[in-house]
Amino acid sequence: MKHLISPQDLSVAELEAVLTLAEEIAAAPDRFSDCCRGKKIATLFYEPSTRTRLSFEAAMLNLGGSVLGFSSADSSSAAKGESVADTIRVVSSYADICAMRHPKEGAPYVASLHSSIPIINAGDGGHNHPTQTLTDLLTIKSLKGRLSHLTIGCCGDLKFGRTVHSLINAMSRYEGIRFVFISPEELRIPTYLREETLDANQIEYKEVRTLEEVMPSLDILYMTRVQKERFFNEEDYIRLKDSFILNNEKMKYAKPDMLVLHPLPRVNEIATEVDEDPRAVYFKQAQLGVYVRMALIMTLLGAERPNGN
Amino acid sequence: MLNIGGLNEGIVMDHIHAGGAMEIYNYLQLEKLDCSVAIIKNARSNKMGRKDIIKIDGPIDLDFDMLAVLDPNITIDVIKDGVIMEKRKLNMPEHVTNIIRCKNPRCITSIEQELPHRFKLTNRLKGVYRCEYCEQSFRQNK
Repeated sequence: MKHLISPQDLSVAELEAVLTLAEEIAAAPDRFSDCCRGKKIATLFYEPSTRTRLSFEAAMLNLGGSVLGFSSADSSSAAKGESVADTIRVVSSYADICAMRHPKEGAPYVASLHSSIPIINAGDGGHNHPTQTLTDLLTIKSLKGRLSHLTIGCCGDLKFGRTVHSLINAMSRYEGIRFVFISPEELRIPTYLREETLDANQIEYKEVRTLEEVMPSLDILYMTRVQKERFFNEEDYIRLKDSFILNNEKMKYAKPDMLVLHPLPRVNEIATEVDEDPRAVYFKQAQLGVYVRMALIMTLLGAERPNGN
Repeated sequence: MLNIGGLNEGIVMDHIHAGGAMEIYNYLQLEKLDCSVAIIKNARSNKMGRKDIIKIDGPIDLDFDMLAVLDPNITIDVIKDGVIMEKRKLNMPEHVTNIIRCKNPRCITSIEQELPHRFKLTNRLKGVYRCEYCEQSFRQNK
């Protein structure tokens, strides 16, 4: 039984296969509309997450399957005190595959230990969000044509941002990757990531404090939100926040083919004027998120490609 | 060097990081032993500057390797008939269950009490154990 709990659960070859299938789906989504007919996905969302849940549900519906589930812990048996293990044992007999979001870190892993159907981690606290990482990788691969030999800038909250941590872990497996980390001192990437991923894999990286100084060198700019509550005091926040806001003025320094990615929701870290720039691909990224989830569901269910492939 | 009377039969846990003896004492539940137990805190050490030592005056049967999770530098001297029969260095186990507890309030173990607290060794050189659920590290000497 194969589950997807952490982005590292897929080998580079398995990841490549999922991304290739996702690109085939993106090229002609209608051809895949019967691939999971008769199959059901259970979306067990113990905390609200509109986009991720809808993305999973859209993915299964696009494949001809159906969906069941809940969208908050209040409307589930968790409110009565049922354990994750017991819930998944029961749900395993109702559905063919499960996407689980839980506010507690490790909950989908616990589910995978007791499940007879594949479990997809749809986000567990500040820990992992592997389908967001797959979405990021598909966006880079399909728009850049490669996942190697790239300079990737990560900007904003690099301390608590799980999407950035997963992206660093995933991209560190490819050749010729360089990272540039742009964050306030308070929100630098954690030491363990530097030691256990970057240094251990001899990945080249540098840390800077402003976007402007590195914009010309970047192939990818991965933006995240700098949240006010992460700062010790308001003065620091006011002093620093503009350094991490992307606008057209800063985009002038970027390469003509640089891509701006963002896991969304965006608040104010990317000025809306940037949306019109063809290099801003964060809404395209959301669309690709459905295709990569379709590919993942097909892969975990062992679904056949449509005839003619 | 402070001298606590020599043992006839028992064990000496040496090279415990300064201030760490009580954690070991509590983990091993040494308060339940009938024999004499000596805790020496902040003893002078050429190698470590300061260290703690625990002396147990009596036979005790333990999986000593589990102590390496709490402090990998501990050495164990097994004493019989007043002489050191064996000097043991600890091996850090790859996996441990219910030896240490995950303190991450966001971990699933914080709300599901019956889950075993399982950790895996992720960096032998630095002695880093990570929770198998949330991957939060339990670093020694902290």
